Amino acid sequence: MKDVLDKLDTRRANARLGGGMRRIEAQHARGKLTARERIELLLDKGSFEEFDMFVEHRSTEFGADKTKIPGDGVVTGWGTVNGRTVFVFAKDFTVFGGSLSETHAQKINKIQDMAVKARAPIIGLYDAGGARIQEGVAALAGYSYVFRRNVLASGVIPQISVIMGPCAGGDVYSPALTDFIFMVKDTSYMFVTGPDVVKTVTNEVVTAEELGGASVHATRSSIADGAYDNDVETLLQMRRLIDFLPSNNTDGVPEWPSFDDIERIEPSLDTLVPENPNKPYDIKELILKVIDEGDFFEISETFARNIVTGFGRIAGRTVGFVANQPMVLAGVLDGDASRKAARFVRFCDAFNIPIVTFVDVPGFLPGTAQEYGGLIKHGAKLLFAYSQCTVPLVTVITRKAYGGAFDVMASKEIGADINYAWPTAQIAVMGAKGAVEIIFRADIGDADKIAARTREYESRFLSPFIAAERGYIDDVIMPHSTRKRLARALGMLRDKHVEIPAKKHDNLPL
Amino acid sequence: MFKRILIANRGEIACRIIKTARKMGIATVAVYSEADRDALHVEMADEAVPIGPPPAAESYLLIDRIIAACRATGAEAVHPGYGFLSEREAFARALADAGLVFIGPNPVAIAAMGDKIESKKAAARANVSTVPGFLGVIEDERHAVKIADEIGYPVMIKASAGGGGKGMRIAASAGEVAEGFARARSEAKSSFGDDRVFIEKFIVDPRHIEIQVLGDKHGNVIYLGERECSIQRRNQKVIEEAPSPLIDEITRRRMGEQAVALAKAVGYDSAGTVEFVAGQDKSFYFLEMNTRLQVEHPVTELVTGIDLVEQMIRVAAGEKLAMTQKDVALTGWAVESRVYAEDPFRNFLPSIGRLVKYRPPAERSAGGITVRNDTGVTEGGEISLFYDPMIAKLVTHAPSRAAAIAAQSEALDAFYIDGIRHNIPFLSALMQHARWREGRLATGFIAEEYPDGFAPVKPDGELALRIAAVAAAIDHVLGERKRRISGQMNGRVVVRERRRAVWLDRHEVALDVARVDDGIAVAFAGADGKLGPATVLRSSWKPGEPVWFGSIGAHGLTVQVRPIANGFRLSHQGVEVPVYVFTESEAQAARLMPAKAANDSGKKVLCPMPGLVVSIAVSEGQEVKAGETLAVVEAMKMENVLRADRDGTVKSIHARPGATLAVDAVILEFA
Repeated sequence: MKDVLDKLDTRRANARLGGGMRRIEAQHARGKLTARERIELLLDKGSFEEFDMFVEHRSTEFGADKTKIPGDGVVTGWGTVNGRTVFVFAKDFTVFGGSLSETHAQKINKIQDMAVKARAPIIGLYDAGGARIQEGVAALAGYSYVFRRNVLASGVIPQISVIMGPCAGGDVYSPALTDFIFMVKDTSYMFVTGPDVVKTVTNEVVTAEELGGASVHATRSSIADGAYDNDVETLLQMRRLIDFLPSNNTDGVPEWPSFDDIERIEPSLDTLVPENPNKPYDIKELILKVIDEGDFFEISETFARNIVTGFGRIAGRTVGFVANQPMVLAGVLDGDASRKAARFVRFCDAFNIPIVTFVDVPGFLPGTAQEYGGLIKHGAKLLFAYSQCTVPLVTVITRKAYGGAFDVMASKEIGADINYAWPTAQIAVMGAKGAVEIIFRADIGDADKIAARTREYESRFLSPFIAAERGYIDDVIMPHSTRKRLARALGMLRDKHVEIPAKKHDNLPL
Repeated sequence: MFKRILIANRGEIACRIIKTARKMGIATVAVYSEADRDALHVEMADEAVPIGPPPAAESYLLIDRIIAACRATGAEAVHPGYGFLSEREAFARALADAGLVFIGPNPVAIAAMGDKIESKKAAARANVSTVPGFLGVIEDERHAVKIADEIGYPVMIKASAGGGGKGMRIAASAGEVAEGFARARSEAKSSFGDDRVFIEKFIVDPRHIEIQVLGDKHGNVIYLGERECSIQRRNQKVIEEAPSPLIDEITRRRMGEQAVALAKAVGYDSAGTVEFVAGQDKSFYFLEMNTRLQVEHPVTELVTGIDLVEQMIRVAAGEKLAMTQKDVALTGWAVESRVYAEDPFRNFLPSIGRLVKYRPPAERSAGGITVRNDTGVTEGGEISLFYDPMIAKLVTHAPSRAAAIAAQSEALDAFYIDGIRHNIPFLSALMQHARWREGRLATGFIAEEYPDGFAPVKPDGELALRIAAVAAAIDHVLGERKRRISGQMNGRVVVRERRRAVWLDRHEVALDVARVDDGIAVAFAGADGKLGPATVLRSSWKPGEPVWFGSIGAHGLTVQVRPIANGFRLSHQGVEVPVYVFTESEAQAARLMPAKAANDSGKKVLCPMPGLVVSIAVSEGQEVKAGETLAVVEAMKMENVLRADRDGTVKSIHARPGATLAVDAVILEFA
């Protein structure tokens, strides 16, 4: 009996060594951790249960059968993050460069299926060289099995992809189907075709970092929702993110005891909006001052910075925040900002995370670049996302809410539950100058008349009170009491339930 | 007594005057510029009158507007505070002409002391000690030596026509005088075309010590002890104290009596300050007289128990001083730090913006310790470019100098400001400085002790252990809460690891942490991994609170906490360090992570503060030498010249003249 037990120990030790010490050291030399080291940091100590440790590939082409390594380039299993179940797979770069074979794909499929059955989040850690070429169509089909499961799981359990090394070719599409992608700066990149192919096809000379590094995807392409300095920082931030996320689409948001008084008054918010309506201010100050303990997990921080999206908590429960950022492009809505916010809103709605929207938007960004770029449909994505929400929606207009952007930014008429405005709010079709020049076109030559009309317009329209008189907003609130009012509104809406007409699925303007 | 007074000032001093007036039952009128509409002094006053646009020259300095504001509100008297109109003879006269009372000295006294040369003459006439020197024509070397012998060594030989250090010689002996005289004269001749030189006493390691005087309109003048203000940066006072660690009872009386003599000689009838330069041997010489309330007056108030603003108001109303010299007693020690909106890590460049967080330490007076914070701002207020960058004056008073410094240090640790850069790290570091603690001061203190500017204090030894222990305790509280999240798997308890590796930046401290009945116990691991004895940390700190107040064992401790990714930035006694509390396996992995170069900013020239690019002095491809001008940025109405810190070639220029830049915006890049 003892021999058999020893044999298991030996086989396990062998499997845990992956591609061997030399490759592990090479991985470390690149500033990267191994798949198992990563899982150990991501999960609670000692909670990881590995599956399919002994799985090997079955390929015989090109002498592939001469090299078999247990695990076949991916470590899969489950464990806990602060006691909550999560499923995880981590590509093992030390084994066949983490490349995807038929059996490798089957290992991932197994835990995808289990995650959906168990209704627990799944996290994929990527560090791999793409398809295992020797396996041909079997590898390609393997990808498809993974993709389809990603899609079926979408909206059922949170799916998170973390790019911690190369991720190219077929490997990129599974992350692209998941809810969030995070990358490690300098040691990861992501692209469909690499620099060599790019050069061959287009003669364009570009490095892997320039083509698909973390900075590119987190700031320009919006592929990545965040980028961190190294493996350790990234994995610890993933633990922090999971603390904000529901386990699935039915359980509701996680809750923990808050140390922050929900009645907390913030007098400094009364001076947040500057006297001069053209002066910017930092909307993140508002977010940080209304959420519990100032703990905010920002999503897509460096892309489309004219809108802020992220998770915070009020009364210990997760809330999604969407806020125009006057500091960047005056908080205007452009195509990028609309897409970024729309995706975030849909994630929150899918997983029953209430949404708080802070509005200070001068409108949609004009210009050929925007119109040719499809602004209408990008704006419609955000409009669609908010309009289909069944989660609690609370909106606060802090300053400008002009034109169509007023409607889009979670107005009451598209389904928001509670709409507040600060006394500094200006709810109108457009700003004073433009409005006066249209309404009083005949007076344009007369500076005095225009000035008088402008003053008249400003005092009549650039306030929250017309909207309040007509019930388009529910109340005008003191900025310093915003946290208290939000907490009460969200508490009241906690069991909000609305039905939408049965449909096969909607048709988002993609 | 007045029923209503107007305060022709802003900021902390306006607030401070309003407090006293209120205590005396006098109604207050504030004035404000457009930039100060939401300022604290406006909110505190019973009434407030707008007086113009933000620049002081168009508001706070306009005498007519102040008088009009008095008329409009019925104010009978005006307190000018310090700065602005406080030492303008014309203002005092204009108020008198308008039938209003100036809460300050009479215009004749202001005029007499306002002129540097006239005031020195007046001082000499009043037998006040002035710097010994010879202002007449010096005939030759022998004459020069004779004069120097009379003055006493060392002496300074200086060109009469000169400015700056040119043609200046220090001589410590007769021989050096003879040689220096000839050289100074020829240098003066060649530099200024005028070979006249003069000789005066050279004071080695001078200290700035000043006497507070108080007079009334009935010819009474008393002195209220001294203040030492030797800790200065570029002639800007940073730390003041009363009394001075240098001055003994006899010197104090001599200085005080001379100051009173001078005040009486010019008919001084309010609060004023006679400034002296003092040698380390307690010799002292008249410098100038300030005919106003000084910024640093609170230290005198705390050691004398006398409210100087109240006294100024009373004497202005014609009351006789209620006290005589023998009633004045100095009790304990007071230390004041000036909290400025300037970045100590960027050569003290001014910083402007919104006070996103402003949490000064609580004012209190208990157990012999007083903490007083004279401030003119609140959280959510704005530090604008129009006025003085002083945010607050933090003053502590205790029975002894050491206790006052300890209280000041603790209060600074609790002083939490976000949104702008400020000099609290520098002040905190100063409070720990051995030379300061020993009281070995001189006006060159900062230049001598920080010749290369100020860098954050590196945590080591005991200090590092204390910071690590606090970090572990904070992390433990957060960890306990994480383990209470909903939705946990049944039947499985998360294993909590006791051993932690606390990283203060890259400096590692191994320890063991556990909850015990009355707090959190921390034991440090030695080099062999064995744990030392546990110490208990007690604190009521809760997640989200900006300051950790607590104790380690028997020692009280205050640490500022700012969350960063996976850790905290902790500030304590001038240390500002990112701290990470890792488990052992996390630390092991973290050790494998490459240290990243800080964004390669060495090759970039960044905008040091928000400002306007006035000019770019170089072009792309140009080779520049270290010290060459690269660009000029205007901020706070000051032109700041950015120079190359090394030789190199300009690769690209990112900013154009006329552009408005944020702090850290890239102006140009080197190849």
